[in-house]
Amino acid sequence: MAQAPALPEGFELPLEPRIPRIGSVDAVALEERAATLAKRSIKRESKVQALELAVRMMDLTTLEGQDTPGKVAAICSKALRPDPVDLSIPPVAAVCVYPNLVATAKERLRGSGVKVASVATMFPSGQSPTQIKVAEARAVVELGADEVDMVIDRGAFLSGRYAKVYDEIVRVKEACGDAHLKVILETGELGTYDNVRRASLLAMAAGADFVKTSTGKISPAATLPVTLCMMEAVRDVYAETGRVVGIKPAGGIRAAKQSVQYLVVLHETLGRDWLTPDRFRFGASSLLNDVLMQIRKEKTGRYQSGDYFTID
Amino acid sequence: MAHVEKRQASVPAPLEWEYAPAPEARDIVQIRDRYGLFIGGEEVEPRSGEWFTSISPSSEEQLFEVAQAGKEDVGLAVSAARDAFVNGWSEIAPAERAKYLFRIARILQERSREFAVAESLDGGKPIRESRDVDLPLAAAHFFYYAGWADKLEYAFPQRDPKPVGVAAQIIPWNFPLLMLAWKIAPALACGNTVVLKPAETTPLTAMLFTDVCRQAELPPGVVNVVTGDGATGAHLVKSEGIDKLAFTGSTEVGKLIQRELAGTGVKLTLELGGKAANIVFDDAALDQAVEGIVNGIYFNQGHVCCAGSRLLVQESIYEPLIDKLKRRLSTLRVGDPLDKNTDVGAINSKAQLERIRELVASGEEEGAEIYQPPCRLPERGYWFVPTLFTNVAQSYRIAQEEIFGPVLSVLTFRTPEEAVEKANNTAYGLSAGIWTEKGSRILWMVERMRAGVVWANTFNRFDPSSPFGGYKESGFGREGGRHGLEPYLTFE
Repeated sequence: MAQAPALPEGFELPLEPRIPRIGSVDAVALEERAATLAKRSIKRESKVQALELAVRMMDLTTLEGQDTPGKVAAICSKALRPDPVDLSIPPVAAVCVYPNLVATAKERLRGSGVKVASVATMFPSGQSPTQIKVAEARAVVELGADEVDMVIDRGAFLSGRYAKVYDEIVRVKEACGDAHLKVILETGELGTYDNVRRASLLAMAAGADFVKTSTGKISPAATLPVTLCMMEAVRDVYAETGRVVGIKPAGGIRAAKQSVQYLVVLHETLGRDWLTPDRFRFGASSLLNDVLMQIRKEKTGRYQSGDYFTID
Repeated sequence: MAHVEKRQASVPAPLEWEYAPAPEARDIVQIRDRYGLFIGGEEVEPRSGEWFTSISPSSEEQLFEVAQAGKEDVGLAVSAARDAFVNGWSEIAPAERAKYLFRIARILQERSREFAVAESLDGGKPIRESRDVDLPLAAAHFFYYAGWADKLEYAFPQRDPKPVGVAAQIIPWNFPLLMLAWKIAPALACGNTVVLKPAETTPLTAMLFTDVCRQAELPPGVVNVVTGDGATGAHLVKSEGIDKLAFTGSTEVGKLIQRELAGTGVKLTLELGGKAANIVFDDAALDQAVEGIVNGIYFNQGHVCCAGSRLLVQESIYEPLIDKLKRRLSTLRVGDPLDKNTDVGAINSKAQLERIRELVASGEEEGAEIYQPPCRLPERGYWFVPTLFTNVAQSYRIAQEEIFGPVLSVLTFRTPEEAVEKANNTAYGLSAGIWTEKGSRILWMVERMRAGVVWANTFNRFDPSSPFGGYKESGFGREGGRHGLEPYLTFE
């Protein structure tokens, strides 16, 4: 049987009892709304603003078995100075790596303001004993991670053991200390928007600073409707409790145009207060260069070949 | 190792983001100075000698002059339609009729951007809607009825369907081209010829459509278009020689027409006003219900006969739903219809704007609480801020009369029985919406709703294969689907 999560003291379920349950999501209407917003036409200066914001919101990511200190050093350089030709381009928000590469990234980024994010809790499946996951989260923080991207236990979630999912998030949050906790729902494995909403509310109730769509290892990863669904959950929590939670779509966002669409959905769902890297991030590896290419096109009126943008 | 300069990430202040204007180019449509009448395949000057000016409601700019058809002109159009009916159109192979309709559908698709811009210029609706709703649906309607043209005996087996003859068709200004398609496509598919009178304020796409008829090489006289005001419509209703009249418009005018045609033997269908209830139960998906409510009443500035103008909310979710709705209203972008990011365009005419203002004033006087989001309206043109009324009683005018504008009246209910009672407590019965996660409740409600269309967990969704029409003062007869063929046929 499904169990309601045990709530930490002083924290109420995000929705008041007058709403009889967690609420539901209508898939057809949700997807239609996302599709409508994706048709917004963002031109000229508003496009440049959006693209520059997208750079500032980016968690530049490399999560491969073949990652080495050399590779991570390279993406750190890219993070700090995305376009060596155009120094007006700001650094990205963070670099996201596996635990073993946190120290390298930390060393490279020290003093820059660019954060080091590390995945943890047996990323990407999370199918390991809780104490190991908690220990891993503690370890990456000790190694210097500013932000921890944990995965929820989808096996527990899908079998109705919500309390286990909840308790794990609470314990990882404790282990994180001052580090920011992003909770990856892996929406591609949850099957329904109702589940995405439920998991979002659960993660937020358990103390998540951010809710994140995906590991990037499962398809589908981030989609516009699923991100909208999470934004609506975030909005409900904010409306009911005043608590601010960020959102991070990750995986599958490769084109600058997509990033602008996400920002439109964010803007029209949560408003301008969320148009900051404190509250919204893009998890991406190949998005950055397309954004840079579009910014240069807007500034010069011409497209340049990919060879003029550094690959790191 | 190269030294990488370490710069501070910029301070994350939220971005003040305003979308830059994104206007659709209007030079794709060539608007002439003057449009005559389309009679017998030719554009002719009106015998009446009268013309009037059509303006753009979003700028009050004078767009073009158009003929005011008099009695003689209407008579000529009806004769041309009769000639075309007798001399060929009713005789040609049904599959040939279908070819013309398919051709028209394809031309509409090819010229859709041009028609969308024309529709938004002349009528004030956002380009987003004319582009994504009006045009695709208009083309779909022609495609759909093209398919029926040679299958009528399968639609009505053993009944030997035959065309009626000359169909007179009077259409409103809210969906000018789409209503034209709803009328002309089934009429032609069944082998009739038509005389169409577009609305006084929105004749442009009908005039462009005459060009499509020529492009499709439709035989002369099969489609005739007479423009003008209500007087022209009256001439058409009274003219000898029409076999069928189809009217979409106000209940007031519909009643006059019915009185006029009583006893004449002219077949009549009326699609009139509405005051639809949009019913939200406490288990509905709230954020999506909010989208449906917004789409139900602010779509096309509320100029929709089936608009969800009465919101019935279950009391237990009243507060969160209204909070969400108010927040959503503040994100509606009101302004230039040709801007691709506009959600709500201009009110179609000065007269309609005055009617909306009058009814909104009555709502305030009767004691309803008004909410309007902060909104900067353009200086020229006809505009009305999306409006929400709470604390509305069933007896208020804003809960009874059709406003035909972006104005929503909110009422509450406690049980499904009460919802049905309140929803049906109106002179109209065109449409309704039900929002609940419970399938059995949807079916229970649908059985009891006195409305021609009931949408479940959506609103204002149309498809040519789905019949549309009303109960009670919302009219009679169905348009769309197989049912939409029947008014254009006679049976042995």
